[in-house]
Amino acid sequence: MNFAFSEEQEQLRDAVRKFLEAKSPESEVRTLMETTDGYDPAVWSQMAKELGLQSLHIPEAYGGQGFSWVELGIVLEEMGRALLCAPYFSTVVLAANAILNAGTDEQKAELLPGIASGETIATLAFTEPNGKWDASGITMEASGSGDAVTLTGEKMFVIDGHSVELIVVVARQAGTSGEDGIGFYTVAGDAAGLTRTALATMDQTRKQAKLEFSNVAATPLGAAGSGWAALSKTLDQAAVGLCNEMAGGAQFVLEESVQYAKDRVQFGRPIGSFQAIKHKCADMLLEVESAKSAAYYASWCAAEDNDELPVVASLAKAYCSDAYFHSAAENIQIHGGIGFTWEHNAHLYFKRAKSSEILLGDATYHRELLAQRIGI
Amino acid sequence: METRPGGQVRSRSPMDFRDSPEEAAFRDEVRAWLDEHLTAEFRAIGGRGGPADEADWDLRLEWERLLGKDRWVGLSWPEEYGGRAASFAEHVIFSEEYAKADAPARMSFFGEGLFSPTLLAYGTEDQKRRYLPKIQSVEELWCQGYSEPDAGSDLSNVATRAELDGDEWVVNGQKVWTTLAHRAQWCFAVVRTDPTSTGHKGLSYLLVPMDQPGIEVRPLHQMTGTAEFNEVFFSDARTAKENVLGEVNDGWKVAMATLGFERGTAFLSQQLAFQRELAGIVEVAQVNGKASDATIRQELADSYIGVQIMKYNGLRMLTDLVRKGVLGPSSSIGKLYWSNWHRTLGERAMYVMGTDASVVAGEPGGEYSLDELHRIFMFSRSETIYAGASEIQRNIIGERVLGLPREPR
Ligand SMILES: Cc1cc2nc3c(=O)[nH]c(=O)nc-3n(C[C@H](O)[C@H](O)[C@H](O)COP(=O)(O)OP(=O)(O)OC[C@H]3O[C@@H](n4cnc5c(N)ncnc54)[C@H](O)[C@@H]3O)c2cc1C
Repeated sequence: MNFAFSEEQEQLRDAVRKFLEAKSPESEVRTLMETTDGYDPAVWSQMAKELGLQSLHIPEAYGGQGFSWVELGIVLEEMGRALLCAPYFSTVVLAANAILNAGTDEQKAELLPGIASGETIATLAFTEPNGKWDASGITMEASGSGDAVTLTGEKMFVIDGHSVELIVVVARQAGTSGEDGIGFYTVAGDAAGLTRTALATMDQTRKQAKLEFSNVAATPLGAAGSGWAALSKTLDQAAVGLCNEMAGGAQFVLEESVQYAKDRVQFGRPIGSFQAIKHKCADMLLEVESAKSAAYYASWCAAEDNDELPVVASLAKAYCSDAYFHSAAENIQIHGGIGFTWEHNAHLYFKRAKSSEILLGDATYHRELLAQRIGI
Repeated sequence: METRPGGQVRSRSPMDFRDSPEEAAFRDEVRAWLDEHLTAEFRAIGGRGGPADEADWDLRLEWERLLGKDRWVGLSWPEEYGGRAASFAEHVIFSEEYAKADAPARMSFFGEGLFSPTLLAYGTEDQKRRYLPKIQSVEELWCQGYSEPDAGSDLSNVATRAELDGDEWVVNGQKVWTTLAHRAQWCFAVVRTDPTSTGHKGLSYLLVPMDQPGIEVRPLHQMTGTAEFNEVFFSDARTAKENVLGEVNDGWKVAMATLGFERGTAFLSQQLAFQRELAGIVEVAQVNGKASDATIRQELADSYIGVQIMKYNGLRMLTDLVRKGVLGPSSSIGKLYWSNWHRTLGERAMYVMGTDASVVAGEPGGEYSLDELHRIFMFSRSETIYAGASEIQRNIIGERVLGLPREPR
């Protein structure tokens, strides 16, 4: 039994943290969050060329480095800490895994090297205006057969949907319902018949789009109609990735709170000497450490691709969502008036916490899913 | 320049939750032993109990002695003192298999769990040779004489005095909430040996035999209806001069070491028992239909999440413990976590029982007695109080882990 990162993994963390401190300081986050595309292509390219982040967990056969989910989790944790504005979650966590889970070997060989090299940015278009995260939410239908398929309908809340070059779309075969008939399809970002509209996101550091499909020609990814298992797995893996991201953000706001509690003096003493503040910080630490334990354990399950993954993904997503939001909210309270200003970074994390909580299903959704998965 | 992470190292992720071959062999040994010895009679006792349950005392004692005979009591002590020199990981494996087998709740918690590691750290060779064998053979049980009427969270306010009279200490004062004092042969007590001192200074860690005229034990009834803890009155009670652990007047650090053991590793073995309790509550919900109530489902799932994360936290701390050798103040996180989780579980158990929760086991007018779910509900109220109340744990976490300024004292 060993529940610790290796020396190499700690070096990876250090390298990514240093890189992000240089390339994604708060000032840069604020600049990028005001833009529509929400990322800096030059930094994206450095991430690929200097650190190889996009290729990290993609198998070597497809142009990647073949590291595991544990390494990917470390990178995501650091990105969450730095609030990195980049299409990493959409490209590497959502799209690349959907392709890995659903695609044929040929399709993987065709699509993944571009993602690994940082040339292609991509996303998974899954949710619709109904806002559901389960199979019942997928109503978009694929018409036609074989390779001649067209898609018509609307996808919503698609992460980076307006800026990516490659869209992996989830749709169902006509006349099917529930988990039957689900399939993956690839569509180019500039495909004819596709209208993409950027959304004004509550969390400006992660962009979303509405995608309207009108007879858009699409290529089936893997076997049409039997995609639910691959989708379910992709969503579980993505939840694990997001948990690591949330753990990184939660750790950061804890550090901010503790530092402020030491520095800020009222009534002639640091506010951190008051139990009302001290105990909040203690509770935050407990939650943040627990969130990390859950996220790290979940990364290991994803790396092993073991049977525990669905249960652990849901339990971690429920816990980390609550822990991050609670910590980000307490961080504002501990900062008092300054914490409510636009200038302070507390709201950036608060909003990221909320949007991450919603993304892939909130804690209530995952507790119910967990209850089903453990047979309650 | 290529500075790709990880360089050339492509080994499988070293994070690993499976047993190593040695750990697996140890697990097999534990399983085989339990299989052979846990006969129907002992199995019937079940894992319930602990300090809160005195049912089947003699049978439990018999079982505990069987454990001791094969050195499962004291398994992590060095071999020269009769232990198995088990590693932290092996200790956890033992606890896991023990809980899985639903073997009887342990009785030597104070002696084996709290006193023996303190003794190994601070005792003289003679003291180790004197006390460890009888802890292992379960001939001597221990109790913890810390709390007093005016020294609870503020333990340094201890007023019970001990004075040297020739070759003996003479002890006067009162302890309170002393669990199992009525069963124990020995007490490790924090007493004031420097009469001019106050606070942390001038205290000693004294070992006092319980069976003597100078000691009176009066049971205190708990809200559970049972009486596992007591008041202990010392009136010229006596113990030999050499029965001090550590230096005279320097007992505070010894006392704190014991508290570290109390907060530190207990939750590692508790996690599986908690898991079993939750499974029992889920079963009740499935039988009485509450499992289809959306709110109850949320709560049961949340408790499941909590107990799983308790395991992951425990494994992370264990890894830390193996690396650094000590847990330090972060053990407070574990104590705070499990006691809160368990208390909430108890409350949820009552929601699951619904109206049935208004009736307890036993006969009307007879002794107040609780069934399993009520027992969890009631006893868990004490867990956020003993071994350092939650408020004190939060102070420790705030000040000693996060480095926040101390409150004015
Ligand atoms: C079931 C059970 C078994 C026990 N067994 C033993 C035993 O075997 N041996 C033994 O020595 N003791 C034992 N105890 C005693 C236990 O250690 C004490 O109850 C505990 O230390 C609290 O002390 P107290 O009861 O005096 O409460 P107090 O210290 O008076 O605390 C009352 C309340 O005030 C709060 N409080 C106190 N100080 C502060 C502060 N600085 N900041 C914020 N809040 C504060 C506490 O958190 C608590 O909520 C047992 C207790 C129980 C319930």
